[in-house]
Amino acid sequence: MKSAVLVFPGINRERDMARALKLISGKEPAMVWHAETSLPEGTDLVVVPGGFSYGDYLRCGAIAARAPIMDAVRDYAGKGGLVLGVCNGFQILCESGLLPGVLMRNAGLKFICHDVHLRVERSDTPFTRGYNAGQVIRVPVAHGEGNYEADEETIKRLEGEGRVLYRYCSPEGAVDERHNINGAAQSIAGIVNDGGNVLGMMPHPENHVEDIMGCTDGRGLFAGLVQHLEKAA
Amino acid sequence: MKARVTVTLKSGILDPQGKAIEGALKSLGVDGVASVRQGKVFDIELAGSDRAKAEAALKEAADRLLANTVIENYAVEMKG
Repeated sequence: MKSAVLVFPGINRERDMARALKLISGKEPAMVWHAETSLPEGTDLVVVPGGFSYGDYLRCGAIAARAPIMDAVRDYAGKGGLVLGVCNGFQILCESGLLPGVLMRNAGLKFICHDVHLRVERSDTPFTRGYNAGQVIRVPVAHGEGNYEADEETIKRLEGEGRVLYRYCSPEGAVDERHNINGAAQSIAGIVNDGGNVLGMMPHPENHVEDIMGCTDGRGLFAGLVQHLEKAA
Repeated sequence: MKARVTVTLKSGILDPQGKAIEGALKSLGVDGVASVRQGKVFDIELAGSDRAKAEAALKEAADRLLANTVIENYAVEMKG
């Protein structure tokens, strides 16, 4: 799997992401600066990592979403290329129009930084094939603006088309208000675009991939992508 | 030429920051505050003197960057 990790000023999770990608795919990802206008030849996966691009000025992800590299990412996604946005990366993908909706301030107004449980809603997608449908995984979150909202029609469409891939839940997999950490509509933690090739999620699977991290539940996401690409090749 | 673009949350969109400010005003004892919605103001100086062109540029700026029209409305006000 040849992956490309985008780097914007203020991004700070790109190295965690690169380390996880190398660990699981065996290949060093390309680090692509925001001012570039093209992606490396033969890119299999574009990753928009987490952090605080442009200091969260204006709106989280708003300025990064207008960077030159994003035109190339839009083209790439339009042709069916796989794109993964995590945390600030999810915000950037929403701001760039690659995903619908918006990440608003957490309902409780506080920055949330701890492990959460996610229910994997289906396993028949490139982003979830490393898991079983209904499986509960534990991964960390670290965000102040992760409250996913969209208009009613968009939410209905996301649900109807099975585009919610990850939801906040209890350790047993129950989806309820108590475990909906940031007030997101329908406890949404991660969604895909209508083509199913662009995933945005608030939690950080890349931070639970090695034993030393205390948990390896995040590996499945990357391992699934590697499998998907091997099967396609 | 100068202009001001005001960006506000659409009605019905939850505004936790506005709510927190509202709570703070109440705890300060400021009387008569029923509710608060917060937003952003951009004061923009424009090169040139073509008013129509300036208005078009401001609208483009607001649509493409200053506002996220999924959740926000904007108003453009020319000054002078």
